[in-house]
Amino acid sequence: MRPISRREILADMGLSIGGMALGSLWGGQTSQAAADSASRGNPLAPKPPHFRPSAKSVILLFASGGVSSLDLFDPKPKLNQHDGQPVPAELVEGQRFAFIQGRPNLLGSPYRFQRHGQCGMEFSQLLPNLATLADKTTLIRSVHTDNVNHTPAQLMFATGHEFAGRPSMGAWTVYALGSETADLPAFVHLTSGLQGTAGSHHTNSGFLPGVYQGVAFRSGPNPVFYLADPRGMGRADRQATIDSIVSLNRERLAAVGDPEIATRIAQYEMAFRMQQTAPELIDLSHESKSTLAMYGVEPDKPSLASNMLLARRLVERGVRFVQLCDGGWDHHSKIFSELPEKCLAVDRPLAALVKDLEQRGLLDETLVIWAGEFGRTPMLEGQADKKLVGRDHHKDAFSIWMAGGGLKPGLTYGATCELGYRITEEPVHVHDLQATVLHLLGLNHERLTYRHQGRDFRLTDVYGRVVHDVLA
Amino acid sequence: MAHTPIRVGSRPYPLRLIGLTCVAFSGLLSVASEPATTPNSALPPAVDRPVDFVRDVEPLLKAHCHHCHGDDEQQARLRLDARAIILTGGISGPSIVPGNSAESLLVQRIAGHAVGPQMPSDADPLDAESIGIFRAWIDQGATWPDGVGSAATDVLRHWAYIRPGRPPLPDVADVGWCRTPIDFFVLAALDRRGLKPSAAADRATWLRRVSLDLIGLPPSLDELDAFLSDASSTAEQQAVDRLLASPHFGEHWARPWLDAARYGDSTGYHDDELRPSWPWRDWVIHALNDGMPFDQFTIEQLAGDLLPEATLEQRVATGFHRAAACNLEGGVPTESRRTAQLIDRVNVTATVWLGSTLECAQCHNHKYDPFTQRDYYRLLAYFNNTPDESGPTVGPGRASMAGPTVGIAGTTTFVMQEMEKPRQTRIFLRGSYETPGETVSSGVPASLHVSAVAEPANRLGLARWLVDPTHPLTARVTVNRWWSEIFGAGIVRTAEDFGLQGERPTHPELLDWLAVELIQSGWSMKHVLRVIVLSAAYSQSSNLSPEMLAADPDNRWLSRSARLRLPAETVRDNALSIAGILSPAIGGPSVYPPQPPDLWWIRDDKSPVYLSSGGEDRHRRGLYTVWRRTNLHPSLALLDAPNRITCTVIRSRTNTPLQALALLNDPTYTEAAFGLARILSGTIAVSAGGSQTLEERINYGFRMATARHPTQAETDRLAELFLGRLQRFQADPDSAYRLIDSVRGDLAAGIPATHLQAAAELAAWFHVATVLLNLDETITKG
Repeated sequence: MRPISRREILADMGLSIGGMALGSLWGGQTSQAAADSASRGNPLAPKPPHFRPSAKSVILLFASGGVSSLDLFDPKPKLNQHDGQPVPAELVEGQRFAFIQGRPNLLGSPYRFQRHGQCGMEFSQLLPNLATLADKTTLIRSVHTDNVNHTPAQLMFATGHEFAGRPSMGAWTVYALGSETADLPAFVHLTSGLQGTAGSHHTNSGFLPGVYQGVAFRSGPNPVFYLADPRGMGRADRQATIDSIVSLNRERLAAVGDPEIATRIAQYEMAFRMQQTAPELIDLSHESKSTLAMYGVEPDKPSLASNMLLARRLVERGVRFVQLCDGGWDHHSKIFSELPEKCLAVDRPLAALVKDLEQRGLLDETLVIWAGEFGRTPMLEGQADKKLVGRDHHKDAFSIWMAGGGLKPGLTYGATCELGYRITEEPVHVHDLQATVLHLLGLNHERLTYRHQGRDFRLTDVYGRVVHDVLA
Repeated sequence: MAHTPIRVGSRPYPLRLIGLTCVAFSGLLSVASEPATTPNSALPPAVDRPVDFVRDVEPLLKAHCHHCHGDDEQQARLRLDARAIILTGGISGPSIVPGNSAESLLVQRIAGHAVGPQMPSDADPLDAESIGIFRAWIDQGATWPDGVGSAATDVLRHWAYIRPGRPPLPDVADVGWCRTPIDFFVLAALDRRGLKPSAAADRATWLRRVSLDLIGLPPSLDELDAFLSDASSTAEQQAVDRLLASPHFGEHWARPWLDAARYGDSTGYHDDELRPSWPWRDWVIHALNDGMPFDQFTIEQLAGDLLPEATLEQRVATGFHRAAACNLEGGVPTESRRTAQLIDRVNVTATVWLGSTLECAQCHNHKYDPFTQRDYYRLLAYFNNTPDESGPTVGPGRASMAGPTVGIAGTTTFVMQEMEKPRQTRIFLRGSYETPGETVSSGVPASLHVSAVAEPANRLGLARWLVDPTHPLTARVTVNRWWSEIFGAGIVRTAEDFGLQGERPTHPELLDWLAVELIQSGWSMKHVLRVIVLSAAYSQSSNLSPEMLAADPDNRWLSRSARLRLPAETVRDNALSIAGILSPAIGGPSVYPPQPPDLWWIRDDKSPVYLSSGGEDRHRRGLYTVWRRTNLHPSLALLDAPNRITCTVIRSRTNTPLQALALLNDPTYTEAAFGLARILSGTIAVSAGGSQTLEERINYGFRMATARHPTQAETDRLAELFLGRLQRFQADPDSAYRLIDSVRGDLAAGIPATHLQAAAELAAWFHVATVLLNLDETITKG
């Protein structure tokens, strides 16, 4: 297939490049919004950031359900000491939890914590691989959010607002910065197993043009919807149909002059290319045995590990924002049997991802985040039987793990009280985290706006401040 | 207490800015509670000389301020060309404090020292000298001589809040072009800009366009040929009347209403369970088909249960507001869930009928439009009298949908109902139900409109107030939405916002004419649509030229007809219709056309499972596809169908490679291509119009897809494709059989299992059909 060039289309139409910009490659969207039509170009063309960025791309591993910081990142000897005693009344008075009622007992952590690396960052025994990366890691122990329920809290994390309908962090990022790759989407959502309760809202474009939404790559042999041609149709057959579509669309473009047709031509060509590039992207057979072993990837078995590896391959190919959703962290019960299992599945591949990025010189420009929508309570939920106990949702203090992308490595930031219930130092709201992520990407969160229904919206709503202390 | 006291950190969090301010202001305003003092040192100094208003100040105001705060426009209800108003100020209070420039909001704003953006918001900031002149003028007493500037003492009422009257038809250069009153307004606007309308589209294009616009389906070749051979002057009117009477009219026009009503087949949150809402969807289809007047359509959906002797259908109609998404997550307090739905109902009602974004007023008085927070909660009170809609928890962390229901068509569906003892409604301070404030009773925003007759203080009263014939907004907002479906953009382009922050209408008189026409026709949707599609403006060609793109890039002035990619459902219906396999069945439970496996996420054994429909249900119209709001069918979602968690009055219209992949490989579309291939190859009984030769068959398929004859070059291209593929499949008949088997779904192939030549031909035609269904022209209303 001979691809049609932009110059040819313009020549067909007797237009100069200055006279009309064509949508091209990805995107090319028409919208009522005057702001969009003003540019009249490819909405995914690379755009300059507001200032010099330290990160080019983001890999966000979202732990849906809420990670128990007190068992992983934030040791509380005092909590262990008072294990089984009622929580101080002053802490829970007037507080609302998702499930806990009354005045529950405290629940210590059975896990051993140790200091690691030069920096002495503390990790529990459940994260042995991540612990070896302490000096490359940035840990914030003082994050808080607004809602104790999953969906609103997840929406807050993903979109900066508790109700559905706002654009996600990745959509904002691509809207602001455009795409660095012509053959792949700029915002990829890797799905496997359970997804968050907020469903597609995690990667939605909200009121932003749909071209900015995360494109879901699924685990397995068909990562992109409708990528595979019908059985019996060969590559040459598909090429013949695309050639004909393109050729007839060119005839039509010449006849009716609508630039939207030029965009459509480019999209069919991109579709054809993606049929080639996407399978190559997910084919891990050329990865070395040691790489596969480092992540713990088992051939042909969809797993978080293979998605982590895929995330690196996407970032390598210029994809701007990769989001992975990992469900199953909502440990209301049996936390001490289920949490170790979850950690086992994450610890090794996430550590491998960081090492792999570093080996390829990509860690400095790639921001890696592992976070849930909230933390879990220092109080127990359910029976006093240690085999069955769990922790409830806790919005007032939790930890978030990050690495790379211009963060200060080896930093443990913020602190919680002796029971891990309240923040005592350097509170960081989810909006502050979002402002900081945008900052690392070279974006001022107050300037990144989109006009919708009569007002300018931001990822950080009317809140957020950059946490300068965690920047390198 | 058994434990020793534990020291608990108590360092207070920094107070987060409470949501009192919208993100950006384009008007001159600040938060009233904010101290207005700015240190003198931070401001450019006042100029050190006597300042004269007329010589020094007024020119600056004219150059920098009057554009948004003058005679034409009064952003933030402020005009800076009138002495009286500069002193009282806009919605933020006085702009100047005579004698104290540092405390004057105007100075703070132009110097960039106040909350909100620096003024002017869309131009370069003023230089220090200019700011110094303003400061000196204010410090010297802000003398404004009598007779200078405007004598206005109050800002104009925003156009949308004034009742529309029927405007006279304007003078136009070419009366002969005009077919309907609409055309006078359109042509006058073109005349004023030195633009000319386009030539009329050819008749085949027009028939395809109007068919897609009114029933969402393309004309059959019989309909097309009959129309083309009808030379009478009433041919177009007859075609329109036929389409308006079609039972498929209601299906097509239900679609935008379902978007606005955020209709879905699931709860929308958390487990996103399915629920039987479709009887309401069918009610909409039938109401539209029956030509139910829009005022009645409104009343029955908002308050059908409160009508005297309410029928079952009238109660079903109230499912409109039961479509609010509901978080049934176990830990969500009932009151949080309930109030989220109430808020959604207020917001949707405001967007759909008032074209107003009331969301701001949930937390504070609206910054631009005349809605107070009190108004908001008085509206909310109308909806606050329905029983709780979530039932007891039926499993771990899962509640069930409950609340009032009715049984209809063999299922139970959700309706509205008043409680005997009304709930008390209180203002939520900062928008949160956890901080209730003053108690309010139900009531309409009187600043907007007062009905001539007293209405009951319940939902019925609200509905009647909305469709009061003298209401300034409802008819305008409604015709504008219909207009935007047809022309791709409303006369007010911000169809969801007619307020001060919305765009002004491109054709204000036309909007008013249509609004009055709607009301005076007895709120007849079909009448208004008929007038629109019979206009000369509508019948123009949609072709573009570089000159047109330069002169009117967004077609604001309608110098051409709209060329628009079809909505997601219509892309599907169009393809299935061309292929001759679209099911004509209307209504009933939602269906499950094939989608990729394992797409619906599964939490536990109670999670719904997607089992693809078989038989006719594979090929129903798109609006019957099950709408699981967090898991919409990917082909619909890729083509910009909204998930309907919230109300949508304008769909986006993207153009992406994933759409191309869907149209090439989604089984719905490969089955459609197979259906068309079957016709073209003559393997099923439908004769291709008696076509025999390759060219005739190509011509037939091309007309089915686009309603026009192909050019010779187009025919040659498709013939080349056919012959090339035929050769390839003759050489490899196994591939032909594999292809046919993989794309036919449960359609009969109609060829003997051993007829290699027939299989090769069918496979080759499948390629031609795929091309025809993927043409830009096929998926576009031209």
